[in-house]
Amino acid sequence: MDLDFMLEHLPRLLKATKLTIQLTLLSLFFGIFVGVFFAALRTSGNKILYYISYYYSYILRGTPLLVQIFIIYFGLGQVEWIRESFLWIILKEPYSCAIIAFTLNTGAYSSEIFRSAFETVNKGLVEAAKGLGLNKINTFFKIKLPIAIRQSLPAYGNEMILMLKGTSLASTVTLLDLTGVAKHIISTTFRPVEVFIVAGSIYLIMTFIIHNFIKFLEKKYNYN
Amino acid sequence: MGLLAYGDTGWGDELFFATLMTIAVALAAIFIGFFLAAIFASFKLSKNKILNLIGSFYTTVFRGVPELLVIYLFFFGGSGAVMYVAKIFGYEGYIEVNAFLTGAFSIGIISGAYSTEVFRGAVQSIDKGQFEASEVLGFKKKIYYYKIIIPQMLRLALPNISNVWQITLKDTSLISVTGLVEIMRQSYIAAGYTRDPLFFYSFAAVLYLFLTFLSMKMFNKLEKNYSKGF
Repeated sequence: MDLDFMLEHLPRLLKATKLTIQLTLLSLFFGIFVGVFFAALRTSGNKILYYISYYYSYILRGTPLLVQIFIIYFGLGQVEWIRESFLWIILKEPYSCAIIAFTLNTGAYSSEIFRSAFETVNKGLVEAAKGLGLNKINTFFKIKLPIAIRQSLPAYGNEMILMLKGTSLASTVTLLDLTGVAKHIISTTFRPVEVFIVAGSIYLIMTFIIHNFIKFLEKKYNYN
Repeated sequence: MGLLAYGDTGWGDELFFATLMTIAVALAAIFIGFFLAAIFASFKLSKNKILNLIGSFYTTVFRGVPELLVIYLFFFGGSGAVMYVAKIFGYEGYIEVNAFLTGAFSIGIISGAYSTEVFRGAVQSIDKGQFEASEVLGFKKKIYYYKIIIPQMLRLALPNISNVWQITLKDTSLISVTGLVEIMRQSYIAAGYTRDPLFFYSFAAVLYLFLTFLSMKMFNKLEKNYSKGF
């Protein structure tokens, strides 16, 4: 093990971490909307909407993230009308393709988390709100949503960590995120162990931060 | 559909064998994982603080670091490590570790970190009275583990093992970066050759869906079988 070598490459890896964080945060942010949307379809009571949401999450959770990125980045560019439309401005960039793939993927997982969280909201509470004369919108925002958020926190924390790890696949579509740069350094210096220790530690620190952030939120929203 | 023809004209047979390769790597990986999990779960459950620490270190690192990074570590570091060991025994030549072993080991180590948690949770959820009862009844330790604890543990762990299997199966797609010809790699080759990536990657997705669907059905059957009498 060579400490000087590790310190020498640390700044480059830290710089690449910025892209990893960016990809993670943007995908999670957009993913929440996708997740809430499909969770809403799932609980809407309409059979067609239910099945759309069901198969969406089934397909995205049943295939590897790598396939999804490749379909979006390599596959869609082949379709003539996409290449000629305004969509091509977005889809020709690996950066936006990665974010789209991550968003759709995390959206599928979060929709399951949110759905089960909404299902665990006690029916008595909703009835009580109705009895007190709250309208549907108020019941949703003041009663159902806060409880569902609290319920979904632990599972969503896991999903955040999975997404952080998932962004490493951005390196397969030429992006130089933390894993991409780590691979580049490994393949030019042939020092896999040292690079793994440095890059791995950076990932672990981020995991640790997410873990504690969720723990803090859980405590904050604890209603017991 | 001509693209999927069997034989020299299409990619049907190549993709078929690539699917078998994916299954083979995934099976090898999950069993390597079970083996590691048996060791590290017992570390985590032991009363020895140092063993606890080793167990936690293993699960934290391999569940917190991206799979791809672990694969690169073994892909680039694998032959180096083997050659280092060989050097101690006096062999100086170049040794190349094959892609299958590299893939199976790197995915296996990750899969093992998830399995460790599953096994630990399953053992902990077994009623303590069972341990005491079998002790009082005079069972030998080996017998009471094999006949009493493990059968119950398996039943409790099965739904989670099913999850780990699905994760492992999907993770095998990442081995394609090392050049092992499984579904992803074969699709990559076919896509490059025919200039039809959309078709081949979508077909790869269908193959993975088929595999996850099939394994879900099998696990449901197993679960039913193991919960007889409960």
